[in-house]
Amino acid sequence: MSLSKLQKRKRFGELIGMIYSIAIYTVLYIPVLVMMIFSFNDQRYNYYWNGFTTEWYSKLFSNSTVIGSLWYSIIIAVLATVISVTIATIGALGLRKYEFRGRKFINNMLFIPIIVPEIVLAVALLIIFMKVGLALGMGSILLGHCTFCIPYAVVTIKGRISGDGYSLEEASMDLGASRIQTFFNVTLPSIMPGVMSAAFLSFTLSIDDVVMSNMLAGAKNSTLPVLILSMNKSGITPDINALTTIMILVIVIAMILNNKIKNALSKRKKAEGIL
Amino acid sequence: MSDFIVSLIDVEKSFGKNRVVKKMNVEIKQGEFLTLLGPSGCGKTTTLRMIAGFEEASSGTIMVQGVSIEDKEPFERDVNTVFQNYALFPHMNVFDNIAYALKIKKKSKDEIARRVNEMLELVQLKGYEKRKPDELSGGQKQRVAIARALINNPKVLLLDEPLGALDLKLRKQMQVELKRLQKKLEITFVYVTHDQEEALTMSDRIAIMNEGVIEQLASPREIYERPQTKFVAGFIGESNIFDGKVIGVQDEILVVETTAGTIKVNGDGFEIGERIHVSIRPEYIELSQEPIEGFDLKGKIQDFIYMGTVIKTSIELKDKKEIKYSRFEKEDYFNEGDSINIGWNPERAVAIKAN
Amino acid sequence: MIQRNSFKRKTLPALAMAGPVSIWMILFVTLPMLYIIYISFMSRGVFGDVVYTFSLDSYNTLLDSTYFKVIVKSIKAASLTTLLCLLIGYPFAYYIANKPKEVASKLIMLIMIPFWTNSLMRLNSWLLLFQTSGPINKFLLFTGVTDTPLNFVYTNGLVMVGLITSMLPFAVLPMYSSIEKLSKSLLEASADLGASKRTTFFKITLPLTFPGIFSSIILVFIPSLGMYYVTDMLGGGKVLYIGNIIKNQFGAIRNWPLGAALSVLLILITGLLIFIYTRFAKIEDMEVV
Repeated sequence: MSLSKLQKRKRFGELIGMIYSIAIYTVLYIPVLVMMIFSFNDQRYNYYWNGFTTEWYSKLFSNSTVIGSLWYSIIIAVLATVISVTIATIGALGLRKYEFRGRKFINNMLFIPIIVPEIVLAVALLIIFMKVGLALGMGSILLGHCTFCIPYAVVTIKGRISGDGYSLEEASMDLGASRIQTFFNVTLPSIMPGVMSAAFLSFTLSIDDVVMSNMLAGAKNSTLPVLILSMNKSGITPDINALTTIMILVIVIAMILNNKIKNALSKRKKAEGIL
Repeated sequence: MSDFIVSLIDVEKSFGKNRVVKKMNVEIKQGEFLTLLGPSGCGKTTTLRMIAGFEEASSGTIMVQGVSIEDKEPFERDVNTVFQNYALFPHMNVFDNIAYALKIKKKSKDEIARRVNEMLELVQLKGYEKRKPDELSGGQKQRVAIARALINNPKVLLLDEPLGALDLKLRKQMQVELKRLQKKLEITFVYVTHDQEEALTMSDRIAIMNEGVIEQLASPREIYERPQTKFVAGFIGESNIFDGKVIGVQDEILVVETTAGTIKVNGDGFEIGERIHVSIRPEYIELSQEPIEGFDLKGKIQDFIYMGTVIKTSIELKDKKEIKYSRFEKEDYFNEGDSINIGWNPERAVAIKAN
Repeated sequence: MIQRNSFKRKTLPALAMAGPVSIWMILFVTLPMLYIIYISFMSRGVFGDVVYTFSLDSYNTLLDSTYFKVIVKSIKAASLTTLLCLLIGYPFAYYIANKPKEVASKLIMLIMIPFWTNSLMRLNSWLLLFQTSGPINKFLLFTGVTDTPLNFVYTNGLVMVGLITSMLPFAVLPMYSSIEKLSKSLLEASADLGASKRTTFFKITLPLTFPGIFSSIILVFIPSLGMYYVTDMLGGGKVLYIGNIIKNQFGAIRNWPLGAALSVLLILITGLLIFIYTRFAKIEDMEVV
């Protein structure tokens, strides 16, 4: 089949676009691949490629500093996620539904941690914590993380509250459900996808955070990113590459499984619907 | 040159495996109002978009004034479009929207102002120049869209369900205005709609489309009174359609046997034994307590529906099929449950070849 | 009676739902932000403590040539990062937005995945690639482009690579969603009225996607000013931006009022950009996630 001039022009444009996109994806993925490759480097510090080894993966778990800060990070991330998503979920619904004085002010405040550079919020919190005599440590880091996780979670969940949510709630109460029952039986399930993505976002923001954690950390323990930053001067060892490689694989596999389960569930639902 | 301004020759369009338009041939006359009418998904909008240049035909040729336009981009074609949802540029006011095409052509400021004013007058929107599209009502947006498309003096104006978003009253008013505009400007209009009443009132010719094929292309009157296919008979207005077999031919009157009984219809070119559809409008049906000559069709009155100026009745035939009957006033000697004889003037019925 | 009812039906649920988030925001955003502005007008004691007497010392120090140079350099670097992110990101966002919906959402997902990896380790990878004995230098030596290894490490150029690769998704996402929202019929209408692809782009696409572009500017420019760890990792202490200076005031140097004044400067820059944004778009419509 011969192509018209227009079709040829379109195909050419499509080709250019594809090449351009592949180039960008390559640049985005190169750091991840390099990180993975150098986790197999047979060298104490990653200066150059010295041969293949898997020893870092086995040695990793005996490095108590690294594993300690990993646990520290995970505990903070889990707590920050639970606290932030709980407050953000009811907060997003409340801010959507109820008119009150100062609502606009709170909505504006929610934008500050998202837009103002994190370092500003971090030093502001540091000064306040020092003023009131709050000891730096897990508590201060957790407060800091929640302060930027809550706004992101609110925005994510707000986007999922549909316009006809009220009529569902009204229908539920009309049928005899109390406010609390309505919340758990109707409102929460309807915004569940938003809550889940808010939780995922909060967890990744918290576990990857450098600025807030570094500023608000106590002398004893540090999160993994803070540990990595402090190692930077002397050089980051391949066992860290091994650890972050395992972490990204766990996250990606969890995402894939999550999608598979979601698809399977919706397929089953569809099949049941047909029957 | 021919007096056809747009010709579609064996035009086909497929999206993947889906053939949306099949071997279409249409010739559109200079200055006529042609409507593409059909149910949604029949390919009418795709046809329009191919003429505009937004879709490319998979095969076949589209000619405007005898010149093939398949290698021309939309902005190189002498046709303009009024879009279904107006597609007014939200960041420009009414004046700039209408002036857009002239600004593209780098016309002088004076000329632009003059032409835009003419257009504003034409669509009766003087004084609205500075308004943004979201400050206009549906009908006003519609007028801006028309003015914007007409400012280039296109040879053909394509209209894609332009009145679809308006309420009934406004739609009727705009139908009249559009028709008047078209007559005044003597521009060819190609109009897409799924509203048959709109098509019947405005068009010079109607192309009835179904599943990518033109079923019939004719004047509104002919379409209504002489449908050529079963689809057209069923699609336009209300019709009772009988499927049957010709069992007798007598001076152009066919005797047809159906599962409900024997009926008559005018028609030529039919032979005994041939399968046939017979279409008869509800208003042409006659009811009688006496047998009707040539007919052996009986039914039972089901119910009366009062609809203001008309009264509608459905009648159940002996094959359990229901037919519709309508009159301006109730003929009081029939009641629900009555058994009656049914017939009609064979000239009023339409014989359609079965295929 | 009526009052009690209204309390139970409206006030109490409103308090229970909007209360926690409001209190959190006031305690941990409003108060600290006000307090840092207050501290910026205090002075520094001899031992690095805050002396609570009003002074404009910190702001005067900012105008001092050393700090002023860093501020200007920072703003220049952040502007360059933003500009490059827009230039690289817009065509990319445009390409994705013109794909069918299912494909586009997969392509967007593909942008996000690398960002689930630790950001410091991703920066470290650039260091590994560009270090003196690294693969890039080996390749350059092997192909004979250069005789001696080139020094990329701890240069402004490498910091720029780090900033752009860290910020690119934040440029792409808002632009993607604004291009994706752009109704196709507007582009068709423009073509129909005689505009070429180029003209349509400049007269229709660009103006209508401008809010998205400006969101991208805000989301790239402002963090770029404060992201000190990029310069820490790839600039090795040789390249200093505003973020580094602020961090240092709260670390070794211990000059809180100066750090606070620099923070106020960042707040002002942010406020200015947001103000410009609200002139032509609603802040609620800004795509931030």
